[in-house]
Amino acid sequence: MNGKASAAGTEVGRAGGARRRTAVPRLAIEFDPVSDRVPWWMPIAAVLAALAVCAAFIAANGLDPLAVYRKMLTGAFGTRFGLTETLVKTIPLLLCGVGVAIAYRISFWNIGAEGQFLAGAMAATAVTIYWPDLPAAASLPLMTLAGIAAGGVWGLMTAVPRAYFRVSELISSLMLNYVAMLLLDYFVFGPWRDPGGLNFPGSPMFTASQSLPAFGGTRLHFGLVFAIAAVLLYAFLFRCTRWGYELRLIGSNPEAARNAGIRLNRHLLLVMLASGGLAGLAGMAEVSGVAHRLMYGISPGYGYTAIIVAWIARLHPLGLVVSAFLFGGLIVGGYSVQTIGLPSSTSEMLQGAVLFFVIAGAALGRVRIRRAG
Amino acid sequence: MEMIIQIAAAAMSAGTPLLFAVLGGLLIERSGIIQLGAEGVMLMGAVAAALCCIRTGSPAAALAAALAVGATLGLLHAFLTVSLRVNQIVSGLALTLFGSGLSAFLGRSIAGQPMPGAVPKLDLPFLEPVPAAGDLFAHLDALTWLSFALVIGMHLYLYRTSWGLHLRALGDSPQTADVMGIPVAAFRYGCVIAGTMLIALGGADLLLVYAPAWIEDMTAGRGWIAVALIIFARWNPLRALLAAYFFGALDALGFRIQLIGSDIPSYFLKMIPYVVTILMLMYLGWRNRGKPSGAPESLGVPYIREQRL
Repeated sequence: MNGKASAAGTEVGRAGGARRRTAVPRLAIEFDPVSDRVPWWMPIAAVLAALAVCAAFIAANGLDPLAVYRKMLTGAFGTRFGLTETLVKTIPLLLCGVGVAIAYRISFWNIGAEGQFLAGAMAATAVTIYWPDLPAAASLPLMTLAGIAAGGVWGLMTAVPRAYFRVSELISSLMLNYVAMLLLDYFVFGPWRDPGGLNFPGSPMFTASQSLPAFGGTRLHFGLVFAIAAVLLYAFLFRCTRWGYELRLIGSNPEAARNAGIRLNRHLLLVMLASGGLAGLAGMAEVSGVAHRLMYGISPGYGYTAIIVAWIARLHPLGLVVSAFLFGGLIVGGYSVQTIGLPSSTSEMLQGAVLFFVIAGAALGRVRIRRAG
Repeated sequence: MEMIIQIAAAAMSAGTPLLFAVLGGLLIERSGIIQLGAEGVMLMGAVAAALCCIRTGSPAAALAAALAVGATLGLLHAFLTVSLRVNQIVSGLALTLFGSGLSAFLGRSIAGQPMPGAVPKLDLPFLEPVPAAGDLFAHLDALTWLSFALVIGMHLYLYRTSWGLHLRALGDSPQTADVMGIPVAAFRYGCVIAGTMLIALGGADLLLVYAPAWIEDMTAGRGWIAVALIIFARWNPLRALLAAYFFGALDALGFRIQLIGSDIPSYFLKMIPYVVTILMLMYLGWRNRGKPSGAPESLGVPYIREQRL
């Protein structure tokens, strides 16, 4: 009991009192009250710990964990194709990750990036369905705008209940994920199903003028530019503009911000418009750049992974790029182990475990042990 | 009349898994800890019960497995939130993400397999002649009766015992509770572990009583709806019963409209519970504007002894 519970900041000294005659120095385990710095090696340690825990489950499934991890690593980063695929997965993760990071900056717990992503994907597809013959110069900007707008509106559907009805954004954003998923199913199984698609649940294939250009014959597409622009804009807004300053103020102390005359609700709506818009843009880029159609299961949970990406990056722009790339690799690695009989949920399991160890590591990194006086 | 009883029975069977999850979440939140891991915990409870039931053929062993998994996950959440004082929202999210990934991983080999055993039914033949009650209560399974007992037991515990008073004090003001001599950390550990076990039991109930087999992501957001229902129930066990059955009825209603063969695509009928959850919370927020929500006052605030407020 006194081992772990003492980390709660109450003194071990009390338990140590009984042991005093053995001359053990009285130690206090405390949290650093001021600094929340995390040692640089903590995220690495967290990933290794998560890999170790998941190794146990993989071994229980009758496979050699080391072989599985090697397969994931080479599948994601070892070949030219794997590396391109990883970058392709990085695009939606980075866009959604920046999106949720903006919301987390003001402690708005948007966990609805999945739904906002799907809304953007559906809106972009709607453009191709209802205006099929537009030239590329008209259809691609229109699809982009539709994706951003739909994602933003989907985000506002979380922000408005929160701002005016005090509805917890956690619940509403998650409920809307399910609504978006069902809406997607309705479209791809119903009115938008490709008549020549042999009952495949997907829309007709996009034409060349509805597809984002790809780089040099690879699957890597123009969405990468969107993603990089989003990160740069995010960094610039928070560092160098008044708006970013106000958002930082709201994030650290909403009461003080309100008293300083900042209109919280207006910022909340704007932030969710941006957050949802970025996820919607990711959805547009995915249908237009990768899948070239709207289809059942278009997202392998990008919106949920983005939450982990943002949290592990500690909302830092550069960190977002690195963690989006790593988790993109994790998704691709998850696909590559399917060939040896593991489900793609292997990577989901790893993602959850990494998040656990990262948050525990961040807390443990603040623990200070000192002699109690 | 026939129709009403049918819907009431369907509401009860769809609402019982929710009820377990709401009661568990309520116990945790009364102690001042936010629990957002319900979705992942329910999935883990369900997959543990499914694996154990298929291996052993015994529903009792399956329930025990679900409870053990719940206790482990509860210990994890308690360690992170009470001892390490990490952000309770993030810890809950991690539990949900990890639970849904791990349950899909573990349950892949048994997806779709029917369960060999069923939870025993308690037959009460003397109830059969009673109208309505006979149809509803004469052949209920043991878990549903357990959920009734839990509602009453938890109500008595919270409002009629000194321990319940201590728990309410703990959630409203851990400082006061500490001064009163209540072991804050230990009490919270106990509540989080017990509550998470109840949530896992909800997952097991979903699997063993409501659904025929394990499928990936079978809770379909029920864990999150349970989180919302805690707000709807104003952290009160009796109201939790009403809330859970109301949602059970919604679930059943959508299914029934589908059976009648209406023109509405089933995708839209399946959206009903999610949309109603948001609308209901908006209505509650509007009705209770400017009034306390009934939430424990220190919900989500980590307790540090002798910290200045």
